Amino acid sequence: MSKIKCQCGHENPFGTVLCEKCGRPLTEEAKDSSMVDMRYEGSARRSQTYKKSIIDKIWNFFSSVKIGVSIIIAVLSTSALGTILPQKFYVPVNGNDPNAYLDYYERLYGTFGKIYYHLGLYDMYNSWWFKILIGMLGTSIIIASLDRVIPLYKSLKKQRTKRHPSFMKRQRIYGEEPVVNPDESLVNAEKALKDMHYNVKTEDGAILAEKNRFGRWGPYVNHTGLIIFLLGVLMRGLPGFYVDETMWIREGETREIPGAPGYLLENVAFTVETYDKESADAVFGEALDKNGAIVSNFQSDVKLYKEKENSLPGSEDVEFIKEYPIVVNKPLKFDGYSIFQMDYKTGELSKMKFALLNKETQKSLGEFTVDLNEPAKKYDLGSGSSIQLMEYYADYDGIVDGEPVSKSPVPNNPAFIFNMITPEHPEGEKSFVAIQQTLEVEPNDYEVKFQSVESRNASGLTIRKDKTLYILLLGGIVFMIGVIQGSYWQHRRIWIQKGEGSEMMVAAHTNKNWYSLKKDIDKVKETAALPAYTDKQDKDTAADTMEGETV
Amino acid sequence: MDYASLSANLLFVSFIAYLAGTFFFGGAVKSSKTEKSYKDSMWGKIGIVITIIGFVSQLGYFITRWMASGHAPVSNMFEFTTAFSMMLVGAFILIFFIYKTPSLGLFALPIAIVIIAYASMFPREITPLIPALKSYWLTVHVITAAIGESILAISAVAGLIFLAKNIDLTKKSKERFWLEAVMFTIVLVLGFVVSSTAFSLSGYEADFNYIDKNEQPAKITYNYPPLFGMHDYEQVTTDTMKPWFEMPSIVNAKTLTTFVWSVASGIVLYLLLRLIFRRPIAALLQPFAKKANSQLMDEIGYRSVLIGFPVFTLGALIFAMIWAQEAWSRFWGWDPKEVWALITWLFYAAFLHLRLSQGWEGKKSAWLAVAGFVIIMFNLIAVNLIIAGLHSYA
Ligand code: HEM
Repeated sequence: MSKIKCQCGHENPFGTVLCEKCGRPLTEEAKDSSMVDMRYEGSARRSQTYKKSIIDKIWNFFSSVKIGVSIIIAVLSTSALGTILPQKFYVPVNGNDPNAYLDYYERLYGTFGKIYYHLGLYDMYNSWWFKILIGMLGTSIIIASLDRVIPLYKSLKKQRTKRHPSFMKRQRIYGEEPVVNPDESLVNAEKALKDMHYNVKTEDGAILAEKNRFGRWGPYVNHTGLIIFLLGVLMRGLPGFYVDETMWIREGETREIPGAPGYLLENVAFTVETYDKESADAVFGEALDKNGAIVSNFQSDVKLYKEKENSLPGSEDVEFIKEYPIVVNKPLKFDGYSIFQMDYKTGELSKMKFALLNKETQKSLGEFTVDLNEPAKKYDLGSGSSIQLMEYYADYDGIVDGEPVSKSPVPNNPAFIFNMITPEHPEGEKSFVAIQQTLEVEPNDYEVKFQSVESRNASGLTIRKDKTLYILLLGGIVFMIGVIQGSYWQHRRIWIQKGEGSEMMVAAHTNKNWYSLKKDIDKVKETAALPAYTDKQDKDTAADTMEGETV
Repeated sequence: MDYASLSANLLFVSFIAYLAGTFFFGGAVKSSKTEKSYKDSMWGKIGIVITIIGFVSQLGYFITRWMASGHAPVSNMFEFTTAFSMMLVGAFILIFFIYKTPSLGLFALPIAIVIIAYASMFPREITPLIPALKSYWLTVHVITAAIGESILAISAVAGLIFLAKNIDLTKKSKERFWLEAVMFTIVLVLGFVVSSTAFSLSGYEADFNYIDKNEQPAKITYNYPPLFGMHDYEQVTTDTMKPWFEMPSIVNAKTLTTFVWSVASGIVLYLLLRLIFRRPIAALLQPFAKKANSQLMDEIGYRSVLIGFPVFTLGALIFAMIWAQEAWSRFWGWDPKEVWALITWLFYAAFLHLRLSQGWEGKKSAWLAVAGFVIIMFNLIAVNLIIAGLHSYA
């Protein structure tokens, strides 16, 4: 497309509304209006210039702030929907059975819960449509910014000090009037503006005072930060960037760490502590009386090991790395991984102690201890007596079809079939032993009697590795820089020019905070004779002045 | 005197100072004809000095309570809400020194007073920290977020003044209705304060056993006459009233009871005020707003969003994510509290875009600022009390 040549001689890109250099209006529309849109300096923005092809249409759609705000409002309101009922993630349902979830929502929240489930709102932040909304938000930010920042940058760079009067007249703040001594006014104004830290340029009876132009780039910098953040979130889909695993580990156990190949963790001890009234500060006394026990600490004392180089996987050849107490808010960190204290179980049965007794005399032939997680096949009691463990049901759940069954491998309710070998019965006598009950196939002379039980705690840990965290953090920092840059510094420009004879013109523009801009002009007026100006958009100052003059 | 009781006394001093400050700012507005003259009025100067004394005293409350408990006093409803009111006054003082307008104080201080009164209705004893709250990042996050919210709240105060001045209250209109609705909401909060104080002075208590959401037996004590009973409740105290309705297990009938009592007392209070003054509450305030300069209020409203938005982003999103990453191993989990912080943030982002490129200034902007404050308060009150978050193991 052809360039537009302005009367001042400058060649402007196709689509320019106000000449980049002198500010003359170039379109009929701009020539006819009393005030021009200065937001992007009347520069040639793609979205305002090309409107034909399908690509133009898509570009224009995403570059519109109306659309952008609509997307923001859509994300905001749908997000709110997801907080009405708890999300899937927080619902205490085991496994991934959809019906279990449906049941849960229906049981607690009735028909509403059912609808909520069926609409997919119970897991809405992972839904395809929510992701598309976020995608559109990102696209909109990128396109809207590109559409504006490049032309804006170019025209601010090319602007000249002396503007054409037609440009001045079309500013929101404008005034013209003859003054007594225009040259003296210019000199005084220049000094006053410099005192207010304006960057002042002069050219042939004209002043351009400019301040904080760099604040104009704030929105683009903060949008870049947002995009970096969103990219970081996208990257967690890539393999190796993100690990999220959980593990249960009992006291005394050593296990491989899921998601962190080559590393092993030993759980030395898990403890829960509560504040007790004697030792806690006296100030907490009232709260403890009222609320009962308050937990002060959840802690897993662990040891971290690493398999030696060249050792076979699963071999015992490990190297001790460190010992660490994992508490809430203080994860164990190593090699990019973090291990968090997330959950716990106390009092899981670990060992049971039994005695072999003669039923009649109640004389003991010895005691033995079964490790409930790794039971031995045989326990030798000496003097010709021993116990064979024929069957073991860790989580005994009654008899089905004549056979005892176990619900799970967790020793919640252990049951055993023992074969008791004694000098009298070298072949052994069989006995079924469960908590609170003993069954015999035929009357026995001996019995296995429960003596005591040991229990232990288990820690629920989460293992995370997240290489994207630094990208996210970078996005956050860039956003903060941009948002501060754009919010705490406002770009202000004041133009002062001599006109015909003793006429003077003053015009001003800012991207925000017009009130403060006008205060600046008024300050200049204290020492330099300038024309009175009007703010074309201020409808009530006139009314205010009637009631009491403005500040 | 130990720190804990010193702290309580300092809070009381600041409460009184804010009352006195309001009175002087009222005097400043009333005694002068124009914004320019009241800027320098003696009343206004005394008003700001008293406000600063109150603020310093409240800061003293904050610091001594911190010393007494060993952790930043932002760990429960009472502490957080009180801290919020302190920062609101701080934000007002900051804006006052930029723009020197007593009208803002006349409206901001009463809001701070109502918030302190509201906060005092929650348990005030110092509680020890549960493990999830023991984090340096949590302290940084909560304090920064509260500062951000309080600066954003100033924009709502300016917005209210703008609206009270510019809405024609002599004619029936949607605007008039909504402005009065905002006033009514404030009266409802007072209703809560009045009824809660009355029942707690009378020492009212009703104990119940009930079956909770996870089908476990539980106990609860009501401080209001129980209108609604918990799921499968059994009355323990015999001389108290019998609940009218039994609620399903997902509804906290105690919260509902408190809510209904507060609304009822708020309505009574509102009707009384209407009977006494024979005018809408907004009309009572209008004369005080009349002298404010609309342009100035509009600018303050925008400026405080501009100042508050970055602070809010830093505190409520960035620091929150860092803390969540340390405590829960994920920086973001779509927990209701997090989502509402995001909603607040998106709302103010929309506000800025509408203002910047759609030219939403004046009334539109003022309404948005008021709506933003409603969202902040919703987050503070409803999300904490009604929508139960995951902060359970926490
Ligand atoms: C969560 C999302 C977003 C945030 C937090 C955000 C933040 C901001 C902020 C803080 C400003 C400066 C406002 C001011 O100074 O008053 C701004 C300006 C702007 N934003 Fe966004 N924005 C977001 C999304 C979008 C979207 C989706 C669009 C798409 C149309 C967009 C387009 C713009 C434009 C055109 C400007 C004005 C730039 C200028 O004046 O030079 N933003 N944004």
